[in-house]
Amino acid sequence: MEEILGLVIARYNYWIYITLMMVGLYGMIAKNNLVKKIVGMNIFQTAIILFYVSIGVKKGATIPIIEHSHDVAHQAVRAADYINPLPHVLMLTAIVVSVATLGVALAVAVTVYQRHQTLEEDEILKQIREP
Amino acid sequence: MIWQLDLLILTLVVLCGIGALMIRDLLGAAILFGAYSFMMCLLWAIMGAVDVAFTEASVGAGVSTVFFIAAVYHTTRRTKD
Amino acid sequence: MKALGLIIVALVGAILVYATIDFPPFGDPESPASLHVSPRYLEKTLEETAVPNAVTSVLADYRSFDTMFETTVIFCAGVACFLLLRVPRRRPPAPRQFRHRLTGLTFRIKDGGEFVLPVREFEPVDSIWTPYDLIIETICRYLIPFIQIFGLYVIAHGHYSPGGGFQGGVILGASIILLSVSHNLRTALKRMGEKTSALFSPLGVLIYTGTGVLCLVLGYNFLDYQALAALLPGGPIMARSHGIFLVEVGVGMAVMGTMVWIFKNLASRGRYDEGL
Repeated sequence: MEEILGLVIARYNYWIYITLMMVGLYGMIAKNNLVKKIVGMNIFQTAIILFYVSIGVKKGATIPIIEHSHDVAHQAVRAADYINPLPHVLMLTAIVVSVATLGVALAVAVTVYQRHQTLEEDEILKQIREP
Repeated sequence: MIWQLDLLILTLVVLCGIGALMIRDLLGAAILFGAYSFMMCLLWAIMGAVDVAFTEASVGAGVSTVFFIAAVYHTTRRTKD
Repeated sequence: MKALGLIIVALVGAILVYATIDFPPFGDPESPASLHVSPRYLEKTLEETAVPNAVTSVLADYRSFDTMFETTVIFCAGVACFLLLRVPRRRPPAPRQFRHRLTGLTFRIKDGGEFVLPVREFEPVDSIWTPYDLIIETICRYLIPFIQIFGLYVIAHGHYSPGGGFQGGVILGASIILLSVSHNLRTALKRMGEKTSALFSPLGVLIYTGTGVLCLVLGYNFLDYQALAALLPGGPIMARSHGIFLVEVGVGMAVMGTMVWIFKNLASRGRYDEGL
């Protein structure tokens, strides 16, 4: 019992991230509306980013800005005192790229709407099959 | 990191995400997605990823919501699911 | 489709949950991700680059090559949006609807008609016209300069506090978008035209790569900012700090230009006449 409880407490965060990822994936697979699909894609994306950032968390550490002052000479920095900055760097760029790709996805959706006058996937497919 | 706050915001994030997919109105989905992004930003601030939280606050909750609204404005609000 | 989707999602979720059993516990300081290369960055950033914010120094110095291509991706997204939506037309059509400023009467001009009344007392309005809210308009007009100054501060102060080119660029872009949302697209286009926003994003990429090439020309590796010590005061360590700043400016310009560009294309469906 103790073992299972320890497992749950140490990993429930990951499980919630996976739930979120699956919500996004389900939205991409099952939703019929193109904008809903894009929302699902973004949820999936942010869930992965969330998971990635959570890898860098260290218990008892502070944000990755090194303590500094102008007059005191540099002291040795202990890496264990600061949160791992590497996932932050990689994901920071990924967020901005994700908004750029969101713009492209919405542009495609708007173009599809201009041609077919609908955003529903099944209606678009029907229009394509029966010209 | 305060685990109660963390758990509360995680629940809210999941609820906002499900809500953004379930609601039958695309404008509402856009707004709920903005709320989802903001909750996500809070989550990152709790984790100590300040730069990522800052980016998400300006990008996710700000610009991407506007993009969604701009796209919905030129298409349609109605949706079947 | 829905049942199939649920089955797929449940399966993938179960596999992922099973995989987390092998994971290090949440927040473990001894997790492999925190032991390999990040201690080196954390310990040396202040010594080698004089930048206390480890995220900025890793972003723009140690892993600069990565960020350069992320910026290029953003620029490409802007171009893709432009190519998808922009309607090829030489000149935007003359506005068809005018509103008298004092009385609030709106006139619509028929096809082929011409507007002959004194233009100064009239203003062009969109086809879906909503009444202007004086409070929103005024507050946004006063707020936007402060937002822009904050954006510049975020870009310039990214070395010492959270922030940097990406965040600052998005804030600057958002200020233009706010102008467009609170007034109308025509006002925003008057402040920052299509060409300006389309020029900003490649210019930012060019500043980034230009900094790299400058280092190459000065006899160092690509994007090795130590080379800039020959041009800037402060020795090789401060040169790396200054190099990071140059690169951040490039990133900020690229992001700002692209955000505004994508918004204008989306909001007006590529017609650049009226919109959100």
